[in-house]
Amino acid sequence: MGTTEVESVIVIKDLVKGFGDKIILDGFNLTVKKGSNVVVLGKSGSGKSVLIKCIIGLLQPDSGSINVFKENIPGMNEDELDKARSKIGFLFQSNALYDSMTIRENLEFPLLRHWVDIKKEEVNRLVKEALENVDLLHTLDMMPSELSGGMLKRVALARTMILRPEVILYDEPTTGLDPVTAREIEKLILKLQKKNHTSSIIISHDMNCVKNTADLVVLLLEGKCYIEGTYEELEQSSDQNIKQFFE
Amino acid sequence: MALIVSFKKFLDETGNIARFTGRFFSVGMKPRYENRELLNQCYNIGYLSFPLVALTAFIMGLVLTMQLRPSLVDYGVESQLPVMVGLAIVREIGPVITALIFAGKIGSSIGAELGSMKVTEQIDAMTVSGIKPYKYLVATRVMATTLMLPLLTILGDGISLFGSYLGVNIRSVTSIDLFFLQVFKSLEFSDVLPSIIKTLFFGFAVGIVGCYKGFNSSKGTQGVGISANSAVVLSSVLIFIIDLLAVQITELLGLN
Repeated sequence: MGTTEVESVIVIKDLVKGFGDKIILDGFNLTVKKGSNVVVLGKSGSGKSVLIKCIIGLLQPDSGSINVFKENIPGMNEDELDKARSKIGFLFQSNALYDSMTIRENLEFPLLRHWVDIKKEEVNRLVKEALENVDLLHTLDMMPSELSGGMLKRVALARTMILRPEVILYDEPTTGLDPVTAREIEKLILKLQKKNHTSSIIISHDMNCVKNTADLVVLLLEGKCYIEGTYEELEQSSDQNIKQFFE
Repeated sequence: MALIVSFKKFLDETGNIARFTGRFFSVGMKPRYENRELLNQCYNIGYLSFPLVALTAFIMGLVLTMQLRPSLVDYGVESQLPVMVGLAIVREIGPVITALIFAGKIGSSIGAELGSMKVTEQIDAMTVSGIKPYKYLVATRVMATTLMLPLLTILGDGISLFGSYLGVNIRSVTSIDLFFLQVFKSLEFSDVLPSIIKTLFFGFAVGIVGCYKGFNSSKGTQGVGISANSAVVLSSVLIFIIDLLAVQITELLGLN
C-alpha cells in the first residue's frame, strides 16, 4: 500500500514585507497541509500578524508568493480576492464585531452578502447553528457591548465559521483572556476544526495555546522561519532562541 | 524647509482625497447597491438632523429680520424687509448655514464612526468577509449626504422664512399671506435653482471628507478624535470654496 501525500492548502515562498526602511518579513517560507493546525510563534512585533494579513490580502507583500488553494493571493484583483476570501476565515485579535449591530445581525451580515438568494429561514437556521456551536444561543438579540471578553471571542469565532471556510487564520485567539476562558477557546477551535475539517494558521505566544492546538509549530525570527517542528520537538531543543519561549 | 514639507503634505492629502473621490464613481456607483443601508443612512443623516436644522433656521430667520429692520427703517424702505430677507435666505444664508450645521453634525459623526470602525478592525473584518466596505460604508453615506442636504436646505429655508415672518410681526403687523406673497414675488427661478444645486455639492463634500477622514484614521482613540475634528474643519472650508465657485459660475451664466 502506498502512502497518499496530503494536499497543501497554503504555500508561502520567499515572502518579503517591509514598512518604510524596516523589513518585517524577510524571505519567509511556510507550507500548511490540509487538515492541520500550524502555530506561528514569535515575539511581539516579529511580524506574525503581518504574515496572516498578507495571506488574507489585507496587506500587499513586497515580493514572494502566497498560494492558497493554488491561487496566488498577491496577484489578485479585488473581485478575485473577494472570491478567494470566501474560503478563508479570519479571527481578529480584537474580535472586530460590528458594535452597531446585534449578535444576530453580526452573523447574518456576511451570509446575506455572500449568498444573495439565501432564504430567511435558512439564514436563521445557520445563525442559530453557529451560535449553538459556541454555546451562546441566548445572546442572539444582544449587543456586543453586553458580552464579556470570552463571549465576544466565541461570537467572533462563530461569525468566522458561518461561511464554512476551509482555512482559518487566528490572530492571537487567547490573548487577553483569563486561563480558563483561554482553554475553552482552544477546545472550541479544536472542536470546530474537527467538525468542519478546516486547516488553520494560529498566531500566538501563549504557550498553552501552542501546546494544545498545534500540529506543527513554526518559529518566526528576524522575518524568517527559524525552525519548524512539533511542540515536543521544539520543547526539547537546546537552542536559546527556541528555549526562551518554553521557559 | 518646513513650508516645503507642509506643501508636500498638502499635495499628498489632496491627491489622496481625489483618489478616494474617484473610487466613489468607479466602485460606489456600480451594482450591487446597498439600498437598505442607503435608506438607513438617509434616516440617520436626514431625518435625525431635521430638528437641529429647523431650530437654527428659525433663529437665523428671526435674528436676520430683527437686525435688518433698523437699517431699512433708516432708509425708509421697511416694507421691503420680506424681500430682502427672502432673497438673502434663499440665495445664500440658508444653504450655507444649513451646510455648516450639517458639516458639524454629520461630518463629525461620520468621521468618528468610521474612524472607530477602522481602529477596532471592523472595516478589515468586512474586507476579509468579502464585503466591500467602500461600497457599504462610504458610497451609502456619501449618497445620503448628497441627497439629504438639499432637502434639509429647502425645509430650513421655509422655517427660516417663517421665523422672519414672526420677526416682522414683532414691531409691525403683516399677514402671513402678504409676507409670503412679497417673498415669492421677489424670488426668481434663477435664485432658487443654483442655490439648491450647490447644496448637492456641499452634501457630497461633507460625505466624502467625513468618510475619507474616518477611513484613514489611525493612532487609536486619539486618531478618532482627530478624524472627527478634521472632517468638520475641512468640510466647512470646502463649503465656502464651493460657494465661491458657485457664485462665479452663476455670474458667468448670467443668473445673478
